[in-house]
Amino acid sequence: MAGAEVGPPPAPARTDLRTRCAVAAGRFAGWASRVTGRGAGTQVGGRIMLALAPGALGALAAGHRVVCVSATNGKTTTTRLLVEALRAGGHDAVWNTTGANMASGLAAALARPHTARLAVLEVDERWLARVLDPLRPALVVWGNLSRDQLDRFGEVHAIARTWRALAEAHPDLRVVANASDPHVAWAAEPAEVTWVDLGAAWRDDAATCPRCGSLLRWSEAGFACPGCRFATPPAVARLRGDELVVAGTPVRVPLRMGGAWNLRNAALALTAAHLHFGVDLAAAAAAVGTVEAVAGRFTTIPVGAGRTARVVLAKNPAGWTEVLHWLTTQPGPVVLAVNAHLADGRDTSWLWDVPYELLVGRDVAASGERALDVAVRLDYAGVDPLVERDPRRAAAVLAARTADQAVVTIVASYTQFTALTRSQW
Amino acid sequence: MTGAGASAVRVGLVYPELLGTYGDRGNAVVLVERCRRRGVAAELVVVPAGEALPAGLDVYVFGGGEDDPQEAAAAGLRQGRAALEQAVAHGAVVFAVCAGFQLCGTVYSTGDGRRVEGLGLLDATTEAGAPRCIGEVVSDTTDTLGVGLLTGFENHAGRTRLGRGTTPLGRVLVGAGNGVGGVDGAVRDRVVGTYLHGPVLPRNPALADRLLEWVIGPAARHAVADRWGAALHAERLREARLRGLRAWWRDRRLARG
Repeated sequence: MAGAEVGPPPAPARTDLRTRCAVAAGRFAGWASRVTGRGAGTQVGGRIMLALAPGALGALAAGHRVVCVSATNGKTTTTRLLVEALRAGGHDAVWNTTGANMASGLAAALARPHTARLAVLEVDERWLARVLDPLRPALVVWGNLSRDQLDRFGEVHAIARTWRALAEAHPDLRVVANASDPHVAWAAEPAEVTWVDLGAAWRDDAATCPRCGSLLRWSEAGFACPGCRFATPPAVARLRGDELVVAGTPVRVPLRMGGAWNLRNAALALTAAHLHFGVDLAAAAAAVGTVEAVAGRFTTIPVGAGRTARVVLAKNPAGWTEVLHWLTTQPGPVVLAVNAHLADGRDTSWLWDVPYELLVGRDVAASGERALDVAVRLDYAGVDPLVERDPRRAAAVLAARTADQAVVTIVASYTQFTALTRSQW
Repeated sequence: MTGAGASAVRVGLVYPELLGTYGDRGNAVVLVERCRRRGVAAELVVVPAGEALPAGLDVYVFGGGEDDPQEAAAAGLRQGRAALEQAVAHGAVVFAVCAGFQLCGTVYSTGDGRRVEGLGLLDATTEAGAPRCIGEVVSDTTDTLGVGLLTGFENHAGRTRLGRGTTPLGRVLVGAGNGVGGVDGAVRDRVVGTYLHGPVLPRNPALADRLLEWVIGPAARHAVADRWGAALHAERLREARLRGLRAWWRDRRLARG
């Protein structure tokens, strides 16, 4: 049954002494990490809490209605949009603001002083299975699954299998799920699902049926398997362009952040807020429309010589492809900043899964530690790039040679992105 | 044929939806572009999954894929085996990477232990092994194709044994390759298999040109506009050597206790 409202929040729980001591120690470590300039302090603080009290996550989550948001792309943004949509309905929520989304980050988020009885937590897609039982979420939001850091995390289907095992083990689990992604649709099937039809986006990882392995057929209506009849499930909410229809009620999604992918993030958040928390759809849409930047995404940074650039994160081929399509509507020079650290994925072969041909005719720089890999890819795409390893300097050079005052966009892989935007969060 | 002229070099990208997990399209793009930049007409022919394999292509490019898609590809390719064998007999080049390389062997085992029949273009059999081989690879082809050192990235669990008399593509200097006998890949006439992706041809222009030489002859030795390819090749070799050196130092210390 789609769209049952989530029940009232449980009574505030008193945490046990061990958890309280662990939280105090973790907060102190987090504070020490921040004041000594080592980092945001969420990771180290959370790790210390969980080391001292392994049950701390469950103890901290008790007394909250928890919503978990997970996907390959869009977790951080969907979480933030959902928080805003819920606030429009008078539901104040605590959430993991810095995007720290493994157990330690979740513990740190819940340990911050707060009065909210609701927690909206983005959870790393590979960590979900380990934190579901302690968090006991009232609702899970599943966005999309695509190839991401194959060298580190393995193949897409393996993650879909762990999600499906969760749904099978918790058949009463309430899920808001993307009906247009075959892996997500297959994973969520056994649970109580509110399906959202987001239209087809990246489908290079969904050639074969997740259930039987046959070749999937795609049409305007979605996917269908000729082998086992597995197909796009009928959805209660549907997004086309910027119009979202939820259970017959239409609303325009007025986002300030660009990109079709953010409309899809918003559609999941609005459907969850409206059908599961009873928030008025128009009020929720207006609320998500006020969000300008999420955890540094689309933030503007100085690049020297009085010029600025905006920074966009792209972590994997699906994300890059979305960003490049969006860039076709955005004039101005483009810097592509790519590293290959553990957090970026050490393997750069994904560069060839992305249609950089969309940048033909534009002023482009190849940047980051793997600037040469980017340059070779661009050369074969018919783009002649400037090669400059430092993305700020590359942006300044491109800015200086544009005749107009067009804004420079830096598209950055994960470690490049965090290095460029850390001070802006 | 889509109007590129009767003499155009036709580079087939086989089942990219199934065999394209590691940017393998790049190998086909590089072959086509390096022809065009030398004034030789060339076209990229995508063979979508589910369609029969055509016999008249000059090059067949196979890429890597996850387990289920690899099996779906194997089923399709076995039906196209006659066309492929005919093309190979007429001098067509087959360039196969990772899962594609395994498919060109006689048989391979899936992660859950089932045996799947391959195309038998190479005398090679593959078992799944542990641990997974992930990281930069350098192999030396001096004694085989004579295109020097190759740089690539590998990510596979395969352990591929070559039959007696089957030549490997290279001797592995850094990384695992076939995981058996310190070699990577296999070569038989114009059928070349390797575990190196990256993709491998953009990183190794000399290998791309050797494959093309089999198709367009000496024209493949003419210089080509490739502004960054040589620099990338050198950079990746440097990086991998550093990594190899670190591993060697670690092993030495471990051996000494």
